[in-house]
Amino acid sequence: MIMETADQAAQNPGCRRALAELLYQLADDELCLGHRDSEWLGLAPDIEGDVAFSSIAQDEVGHAVFYLGLLHELGEESPDRLAFFRKAEERKNAVLLEQPNGDWARTMVRHVLYDAFDDVRTEALVNSSYRPLARGVAKIRREEHYHLLQLKPWFIRLARAGGEARKRVERAVGEVWSEAGGFFSLGDEEEEMIRSGLIACGSEELARRWEMRVKPVFDEAGLTWPGLPPAPGKDGRRGEHTEDLTELIRTMSEVVVTDSAARW
Amino acid sequence: MRKATRGDALMEVLQAVKDPEIPDLSILELGMVNRVTEDGGEVKVELMPTFVGCPALDLISRDVRENLFRQEGVKEVEVKFVMDPPWTSDRITPEGREKLKGFGIAPPRDRGADPMDIVPECPYCGAGEGEVHNLFGPTACRSIFYCKNCRQPFEGMKPV
Repeated sequence: MIMETADQAAQNPGCRRALAELLYQLADDELCLGHRDSEWLGLAPDIEGDVAFSSIAQDEVGHAVFYLGLLHELGEESPDRLAFFRKAEERKNAVLLEQPNGDWARTMVRHVLYDAFDDVRTEALVNSSYRPLARGVAKIRREEHYHLLQLKPWFIRLARAGGEARKRVERAVGEVWSEAGGFFSLGDEEEEMIRSGLIACGSEELARRWEMRVKPVFDEAGLTWPGLPPAPGKDGRRGEHTEDLTELIRTMSEVVVTDSAARW
Repeated sequence: MRKATRGDALMEVLQAVKDPEIPDLSILELGMVNRVTEDGGEVKVELMPTFVGCPALDLISRDVRENLFRQEGVKEVEVKFVMDPPWTSDRITPEGREKLKGFGIAPPRDRGADPMDIVPECPYCGAGEGEVHNLFGPTACRSIFYCKNCRQPFEGMKPV
């Protein structure tokens, strides 16, 4: 059933619940990564990378605001409240995205793996039965195109450079692989998301499509494909998180918590 | 000569709303205005965001409201951002493209088959043999290019 408005979605409580769940996953992934991207400002190894991350961070946070805006239309709190004042256990981002950036190699590895996943996920949403989501995603995909275009060559260049760069890429792949499987979880509402036509496929298919995107990049980079990542220790989609997320929220909301009436 | 209508007057108001980053360029010339309707003093404006996370959107929305409220007979203004149709860089009008150039920003060109094939003509010398210097620039919608003819960097709008 096609749903044009939040009111239509709210008529079926099961579908409304699954939709909210999906939107929280999208918003929280983008918000966490956007915040981490912003931490590179002034620190990236070259000025071009620095400039790129300021726009990429702005895009990701902007996309989070879009998804949070859709949640607000469904009757959830305002985007600012949702971004700054939800507790860690209420958040639905994949655990890998809350972790600190680490070095440049690890940042590139995580970003490319996530951007490829986001590409696969948004592709599965362009025909979503919830039209406001489908339309927004179509627009967002045009912007995300440039993220992969920027970051994938970095990933490949570092890996092919040999020496220290390659060593760090290999180490980063090893480190992130145990949590990368957390991308694909759709949480407790997966069945309903598919039944309601909110998303075109489930987590297994998302993982399969992601492998088809990422494996050729590993080949090009001359890296051994480690196989599909295992199910993660903590499932962020079910509200399971680490101290890293608590710390991230504390940093992100520092100003607003200090003075909730501040305007900037 | 055709008589100016109320619709023309409202469009003229929107022509006065400029991009906060490029003060020559109006939101009409940028192709951001999807629809304007009026019903008994209630004006509804649908705008298409150029980039979803563009920080200028709030300012633009405020300027649209303020300018419309100064019109006689306007009692309510609703500004809504819509994603359908999505804004694309080919919505920029011919006047808008000229003004971008005048501001030193190359208007976007069609994307070639190669995703990096996005280098526009240099806004200063008009040469077409530039290269991508950085896909990202001072704002999310711009890239930085280098003109191999007049040997200087220039900004250009990303094709999206």
